[in-house]
Amino acid sequence: MIQDYVMQTGVNILLAWSVYIILLSGSLSFANGGFMAIGAYVSAVLTVKFGVPLILAAVLAGGVAFLFGIGVAFPALRTRGLYLILVTVGIAASVRAMLESIDYVGGIQGFSGMSGASPWHVVALVVIVGAALWLLSRSRLQRILDAVREDELVAASMGINVLYLKLACFGAGAFIAAVAGSFYAHYILFVRPDEFGILASVYIVLYVVLGGMNNLWGALVGATIMTLAPELMRGLAQWRPTVFGLLIVVLLLVRPNGLLPFRIPTTGRAKRRAVKP
Amino acid sequence: MAWKSAMTESAFLDVQDLHVAYGPIKAVRGCSLTVAEGETVAIVGANGAGKSTLLRAVCNLIPRASGKVFFAGSPTAVIPTHVLARRDGMLFVPEDRAVLRTLTVLENLRLSHDARPLGRPFEKATEEVFGHFPRLQERADQPAGSLSGGEQQMLTLARALVSPPRILLLDEPSLGLSPRLVREVYAILRDFRKRGMTMLLVEQNVRAALRFAHRAYVLRQGTIVQQGTGEALLADSGLFRQYLGVH
Repeated sequence: MIQDYVMQTGVNILLAWSVYIILLSGSLSFANGGFMAIGAYVSAVLTVKFGVPLILAAVLAGGVAFLFGIGVAFPALRTRGLYLILVTVGIAASVRAMLESIDYVGGIQGFSGMSGASPWHVVALVVIVGAALWLLSRSRLQRILDAVREDELVAASMGINVLYLKLACFGAGAFIAAVAGSFYAHYILFVRPDEFGILASVYIVLYVVLGGMNNLWGALVGATIMTLAPELMRGLAQWRPTVFGLLIVVLLLVRPNGLLPFRIPTTGRAKRRAVKP
Repeated sequence: MAWKSAMTESAFLDVQDLHVAYGPIKAVRGCSLTVAEGETVAIVGANGAGKSTLLRAVCNLIPRASGKVFFAGSPTAVIPTHVLARRDGMLFVPEDRAVLRTLTVLENLRLSHDARPLGRPFEKATEEVFGHFPRLQERADQPAGSLSGGEQQMLTLARALVSPPRILLLDEPSLGLSPRLVREVYAILRDFRKRGMTMLLVEQNVRAALRFAHRAYVLRQGTIVQQGTGEALLADSGLFRQYLGVH
C-alpha cells in the first residue's frame, strides 16, 4: 500500500517536473500525458517483445519521446499562447488515438506482460531530476531561460537563441515524462491508451499550477498534495471527487500564483560584489 | 557636413531599398539609409509611419519582403537576431522599457554582460554602470518590474553600457517618460555619443531626436521623404507641418 503511494507520488512529481521544464522556456504543454504514453508503450515493447533490461528500455523510450517532442514542437512553436496550448492538447489526443489503432501494442485492449519496476526506481529518478533542477536553478542557464519565458523579443535582442532553448526544453520535458511513464507501466503491469488521455495531461499541468510555476519545489509540492489528498479523503465516499474539485478551486482562489510562488534570483546579492560609486 | 562625408566613405550600417509587409499592408516601402561608424542617426516620423518596423527589420526580428542590409560590410539577410546581437554586436533595445520584469536589476545586467563579455569581468562592468546609475545600485536586488518607469529606462540603457555594442538600435527611448526624464535619457545618450557609440534611433519625440542626432531621416507612410543633419531639419518649420503633424 505504502509502496503504491510512493510510486504514484513519485511518478506524478516527475510528470509535474516534465511540465515545469517545458514551462521554463515559457510554453505550457498539455502533451505530457502523450509523452508519458510513448514512454510506457515503447519501453513495454522493448522489455516484453525484445527482452531489453528495464533501465535501458526506459532510457531508450525517453530518447524516442525526446525526438518525438522536438519533432512536434518544431512546427508547434510557430504558434503562441493559447494556440500553442491547443496544439499540445492535439498532440496528446493524437498519441492516444495512434496507440488505439496499433494492433501490435494491443490497440484499445491495452498491453501487458511487463514487470520489474519498484518504487525505488522512481525515488532514485526523483532525486536525480530534482538535483539537476536544483543545480539548474542556480545556474546561468536558469537566468537565460527566465529571460526567454518572460519576453522572447528582449531575450533575442540579448543574444539568446530562443527557438533552440524552447525546443531543448520540450525535448527534455518529453524525456522525463517518458521515463516516468516507463517505470509506471512496469509497476502497474498493464497499460491502456485511455489512461493517457487529455485528462491525464490536465492533471499534470494542475500539479504545477497549484504548486507554483516559478521554482522546482512548487511542482513537487503540488504533485504530492494532489496525489495524496484524494487518498486522505476516502471517508467521503462518493463525495470525494466533488470535495477534491472544490479544494482545487479554493486553492486557486486563495493562492492564484500557486502554493510556492517565489522565484529564487540567480545572482548573489549586489551589495557584496559591487563597488560603491 | 563632416558626418555626411563619413557616411559616403564607409557605411557601417547600410540599408538598401528595404521593404517590409504585414500581409497586404506595406509598412516599409523602399527605405535606404546609412549610418557611419561613431555616428548617431535618427529616424523620425508620426505614429504609424513604419519607424519601429524598419528598425526591427534591420535586426531581423521581423522578415523583410525585399531589400538588403549590410553591417560592417557583410550582408545580414540570413543571420538571426540573437547572432547579430551576440557575435556582431548589434544591440536592439525594444520600445516601452524593455526590461525583464521578474528578474532582478543585477540579473538583467548579467544577461547583457554574458551575451558579449568583451573580456571584462562582470564586477568591473557593473562598477562602471553603477557609477553612472547610482539608483540602479540601490535597487540591484529588486525585480526590474518594481522599478519606476524612468528607472526601467535607465536599466535598458545600462544594458548598453555593461557590454557596449558595436551599434545600438533604440526604439523610442523617450516613450511615455516625463519631460524631465526625457532630458535625463538624452543626457545619457549624449554620453554614449561622446564615447563614440554608433546609434540608430527611432523617435516620435522629433525635436529631442533632431537636437541629439548627427543626421536624421524623416519617414512618412513607410517612405523616407527627407533627410539631412539634425540641425537643418530642426530649422525646417515646413517639415514639421507637412510630415510630422507637429506645429
